[in-house]
Amino acid sequence: MDVGRDTQSPEDRVRSVIDHALAPFAEGAQIPRHALLPVLRAIQSSQGWISKTAVAHLSQRMGIAQAELYGVASFYHLFSMEPSPRRVLHVCDDVSCRLRGSRAIVERLSLACAPEGEAREDSAWRRSPCLGQCERAPAALQLIAGDVPKERTFTVRSPEHAEEIFRSPDEGSAAELSDIVVRQPRESLRLLRRVGVVSPTSLDDYRAHGGYQGLRRAHARGPAWVLRELGEAKLLGRGGAGFPAGTKWSAVASCPGREKYIVCNADESEPGTFKDRVLMEGDPFAVIEAMTIAGFTVGAEKGFIYVRGEYPLAATRLEAAIGEARAHRKLGSNVDGSGQRFDIEVRRGAGAYICGEETALLESLEGRRGEPRSKPPFPVHEGLFAKPTLVNNVETLCAALDVVARGAADFASIGTKDSTGTRLFCVSGNVANPGVYELAMGYSLRELLALAGAEFSRIRAVLLGGAAGTFLRGDEIDLPLTFEDTRRVRATLGSGSVVVIDDKTSMMDVLRGLAWFFRHESCGQCVPCRVGTIRVDELVQRVRAKVPLGSWEDERGRLTDLGRVMRDASICGLGHTATSAIESAFERFGLWPDRAEKKGGA
Amino acid sequence: MRTEKPKGRDGGLVQIERMIELEVDGRAVRVPEGSTILDACKKLGVDTPTLCFAENLTPVNACRVCVVELEGSRTLVASCSRKAEPKMVVRTDTERVRSSRKMVLELLGSSVNMSAAGEFENWCSQYHAEPERLGTPSHAPAVIDNDLFVRDYSRCMLCYKCVEACGDDAQHTFAIVMTGRGGEAKIATEFDVSLPESACVFCGNCVGVCPTAALQFRREHTLREAGEWDLAKQTVTKTVCPYCGVGCVLELHVQGDEIVRVTSPSDSSVTDGHLCVKGRFGWGYVR
Amino acid sequence: MIVLWGSNARETHPIFFHHVLRALKRGAKLYVVDPRVTSTARFAHRHLPVRVGGDIALANSIAQSVLSEGLENRAFIARATEDFDAFAKLVSHYTPERAEAMSGVDPSLVRELARDFATADRAMICWTLGITEHHHAVENVWSLINLALLCGQVGRYGAGLNPLRGQNNVQGGGDMGALPHKLPGFQDVEDPDARGKYERSWGATIPPNKGWTLTEMFRAMERKELTALWVIGENPAQSEADAHHVRGLLAGLDHLVVQDLFLTRTAEMATVVLPACAGFAESEGTVTNSERRVQRVRRALPPPGDAKDDLWIVAQMAKRLGRDFGEPTAEALWDEMREHSPLHRGMSYARLEAMGGIQWPCPDDQHEGSPFLHERLWEEPVRGPKAPFHPCEHKEPAEALDDEFPLRLTTGRRLSEFNTGVQSKGLASPLVKDEALEVSPQDLAALSLLEGQRVRVRSRRGAVEVPVRVDRGLPKGLVFLSFHQPESVDTNLLTIEATDPRAGTAEFKAAAVRIERCE
Repeated sequence: MDVGRDTQSPEDRVRSVIDHALAPFAEGAQIPRHALLPVLRAIQSSQGWISKTAVAHLSQRMGIAQAELYGVASFYHLFSMEPSPRRVLHVCDDVSCRLRGSRAIVERLSLACAPEGEAREDSAWRRSPCLGQCERAPAALQLIAGDVPKERTFTVRSPEHAEEIFRSPDEGSAAELSDIVVRQPRESLRLLRRVGVVSPTSLDDYRAHGGYQGLRRAHARGPAWVLRELGEAKLLGRGGAGFPAGTKWSAVASCPGREKYIVCNADESEPGTFKDRVLMEGDPFAVIEAMTIAGFTVGAEKGFIYVRGEYPLAATRLEAAIGEARAHRKLGSNVDGSGQRFDIEVRRGAGAYICGEETALLESLEGRRGEPRSKPPFPVHEGLFAKPTLVNNVETLCAALDVVARGAADFASIGTKDSTGTRLFCVSGNVANPGVYELAMGYSLRELLALAGAEFSRIRAVLLGGAAGTFLRGDEIDLPLTFEDTRRVRATLGSGSVVVIDDKTSMMDVLRGLAWFFRHESCGQCVPCRVGTIRVDELVQRVRAKVPLGSWEDERGRLTDLGRVMRDASICGLGHTATSAIESAFERFGLWPDRAEKKGGA
Repeated sequence: MRTEKPKGRDGGLVQIERMIELEVDGRAVRVPEGSTILDACKKLGVDTPTLCFAENLTPVNACRVCVVELEGSRTLVASCSRKAEPKMVVRTDTERVRSSRKMVLELLGSSVNMSAAGEFENWCSQYHAEPERLGTPSHAPAVIDNDLFVRDYSRCMLCYKCVEACGDDAQHTFAIVMTGRGGEAKIATEFDVSLPESACVFCGNCVGVCPTAALQFRREHTLREAGEWDLAKQTVTKTVCPYCGVGCVLELHVQGDEIVRVTSPSDSSVTDGHLCVKGRFGWGYVR
Repeated sequence: MIVLWGSNARETHPIFFHHVLRALKRGAKLYVVDPRVTSTARFAHRHLPVRVGGDIALANSIAQSVLSEGLENRAFIARATEDFDAFAKLVSHYTPERAEAMSGVDPSLVRELARDFATADRAMICWTLGITEHHHAVENVWSLINLALLCGQVGRYGAGLNPLRGQNNVQGGGDMGALPHKLPGFQDVEDPDARGKYERSWGATIPPNKGWTLTEMFRAMERKELTALWVIGENPAQSEADAHHVRGLLAGLDHLVVQDLFLTRTAEMATVVLPACAGFAESEGTVTNSERRVQRVRRALPPPGDAKDDLWIVAQMAKRLGRDFGEPTAEALWDEMREHSPLHRGMSYARLEAMGGIQWPCPDDQHEGSPFLHERLWEEPVRGPKAPFHPCEHKEPAEALDDEFPLRLTTGRRLSEFNTGVQSKGLASPLVKDEALEVSPQDLAALSLLEGQRVRVRSRRGAVEVPVRVDRGLPKGLVFLSFHQPESVDTNLLTIEATDPRAGTAEFKAAAVRIERCE
């Protein structure tokens, strides 16, 4: 793109960025609303912020009111609505990174570089919720705006390193992080077996390692067969809710009409979770093949992968792989000569945990604020553009591919009766070998932690299932990792996140982090969640400071009441689960100052 | 509920209305297809608090004060938006429902000045809600950027009604929207510019639907600030707008021989409760 | 499908337009026919930029398209209409290509509208003063009626012809016989039976011949046949076309009585001013809206000072003229009226209250009112007279453009203002701006003007000074003024008093002007 840097005013420049981004649409033609987020991204990544001029021009081009555009853009944290320096360093300050030193980094940056959010020359930094790089914690993401925007992910080796990144004019790409370490023996792996082995952009490599066998089987045996296999495999969704995948696929398949969509939920934002990133970065063709099978099975011709904004490499690799697949007729108007028509588009989020909620994700894809919809109707009936839509997360799709490629019997033979197949676990925090581990369902948490090199005697707590999950005590780790066993102890596997917290760490600090996270990430739509997350955060702060409002008994009552109304009356899963980890910690760790155990509160 | 009687090309009458039977608090009730649980409650005379709901707007179910228990549902459901289905079993009188409503009232009352929000204080006593135990709302001066109405954000409960009335539920002007997120969410214009600088056409339909007096007529604001606003001294007279020929029904709210507010009934087939700038504010010439 | 023809409803009938918007949300299609790209046109699926005065040619070319594609409703035409052959013959000359020079509309747009209008399940044409403020106003309306008859888009729910009234009781005034040839309920004053009914009831004789229209009254003043005038709630000194001329005539009257809420420009010229109540807030009564819905107005406030109710004033006047009306209430008068007007007979105050207004005709107290008219045209056979086609030829505006006056001035309303501004003056909307002459970007450039620069707009009848403002929605050669701020910009000094011979409306929509620089 030639935006004529030297001759154009900033206003003209941003207008040409918008016109360029909208170039695929004819002048004067109605531009679809769903084109909005990609254009906002283009503005943000070229200018570093979204100005009044940009909003005015975009409003005129898209026929959407300026206020409406502003309302959408201001929802997403990676969009800046005020002048911002070109280079912004997003320093992860979430649970896993905190356990590995992010606080010292944040302190160093505030003291030595600039207060959070303030510009120094061309640079600024701010704290970020989990960046999904927990095995490389502490992590940071630097976004550099320009004609050729850059997105660089770092392991911040030390506070000095952070300062160096902040100040250094070096804008080369940070490729050091592309290596994915899989520490388990290859032969035991199913979903991870190609990760780190194949070249992620080589279709030949993918095929040489068993790729596209699933699609061939699906084409040969037909949609009904796929649906039957999924049902018999008893595959449960890996996104957190554990809904039977076969039921979902069948529901979409049985909807009449040709216009249906496959949406891959790759907005992996649950703190401590990074397995979907590993799959997308290491084995992108698997995601594509799985979606193609889904499209064939339910009768959809179009798929979207909604990749969280903080995953630049995953998005790049998926786009490259999609290009390869198109070139080899694995996508397009006649997939593999089977007559199937299917194509996939990658869309990127812009910094909103809530967009991992499937209906918020659909809103976001449609170019709106990521506010969850009220259900019913469910996406299987009225999803994207109000059409039947299959929304599955990356791991679920890859597991479905495993079912189709190897058969339901094979899949169901692994794991337990009710929790079949393997599961990816993201182990991070105070362990020697953080990373993604693939285990058949049914292994115990202890066995998983042993693989990751946990020092058992030092474990204070394990946060299982992410911020929306549950804390377990060090003496509870013999729990088998299955849907049914976790449910029994009122815990959840959630997203497969396993964060190990050692005895040097203050539980109240961890809880404050979680409370802040939900306060920060609530979409604000419904009262229980919007105000509830604020009240919970305030309460956690009071406990941490040991200054109760009224008596501690009052505070306990408040927390119970808040948790209950948020679970019962919030619109979506975020509100329903926002207090579960915090409540479980109070339940298990004697954190109330008036009931403190000897080794408790700290 | 609006019932339409379209005539076919041959002038024949087409009207199909299927009835649905469900159970609310142990009582059977029949409502037309497309009705909500709230409609069913109303039909039975079951009193249900609502704040973000309005007859003339699409339900956004954001406030959650109208939640009820629905058999088979893990969580409570918003009665204002949940469509009635055959054989539904609904309970509105359980401890769980009362507790959620109480908490919603407390969360709102602890963060927003709800003193002008209709039944709010009655509901608080009915549900034993004590908002102060969760906090007290902070005060901020109202935003006054035009001579017709003011915005008092300390009273704004983010119910989306004004956004809907300004947007595609009525006015299609799209001058105000929800901006930001979570605790920072705020209803505003683009970049928070003043209303005269925005797309606002000053129809005041946002003022008409506001349940908490976060949006007030300029005169109302003056009277409220002076402590002279007194609903007991007000009369409401229904009449017809003196401007164009559409015949919009006006409700003139008069206090002390002075018009202090103009609304339109939401069940008027002419206006659906909405007016234009002249009907809403163009009465300055009277007295 | 909805056709808004010569109507900027988004600004002039905002709440009617809400209904249009609701229809659009449900999938209706909107066509807007207007010389300007108005805020209404921005919501349209298609905008047809008709030339000022090109409406008949456009309507005829739409009819020609319908006929040439065989989309007319033959069964309806045969059963319910007459004079079709003459109409078909006339419009056959108006192919969209030939008509374009007169109508200014691209033939493909004409054909698109024609197809959609003819094939829609329900299509409605709504118009405002863009149709009626022309010297051939009645023919304009006939041209639209012809289209509805041609396609059978009348007499059914959701179809039909819908003139949008500009004042809250224009319709009601007509209903009540405030027309030179009608008694209440549209009964003909020249019909002895109708007249007799009222004469017996009133115990008085009614002049057997129809009276004068407003325009004819001014002609009568010119001839000195009319020397005394009682004006109630009108401001002709500022609202009539060619205002210089009108003011001269008013000044020449022997006696001028003005009954109004305000000391208007007309009232300033009066011999006697009678202060009146605000109808909507200080009086009891009814008004009738555009959809023929009769609704109650009520007193919410006591009137200020010496202001009196219109009914009281009229009764007092009668008393002084020798007839005692007593002090009838609005309701008593209403009941007397509906006794003799079958259209209104079923509309007691109690029913109006309970039903939120009733649409006439409502002949008895069981009747629900009539959401639409002319249903009889769908009966087999049709009861009563058939609906005639009125073939009309295109006519140019009365005042042609020439080298001396090369620009077309059209006038109209703006959202936050009303008529001559007497009511809306107190409305402090930030949208009310000082009046400006709106010009197209091309004309601004051609005249080497800058936005905001003051100019003199001159017609053959007068001149006003006003700043210019660009409106990108205007075509080259067309300029626009409102008539809301006559104190500063007396727009009607420019307009032409070329009136329609039947309706008496003046051609406010088309004057020839030129723009001069103010030195």
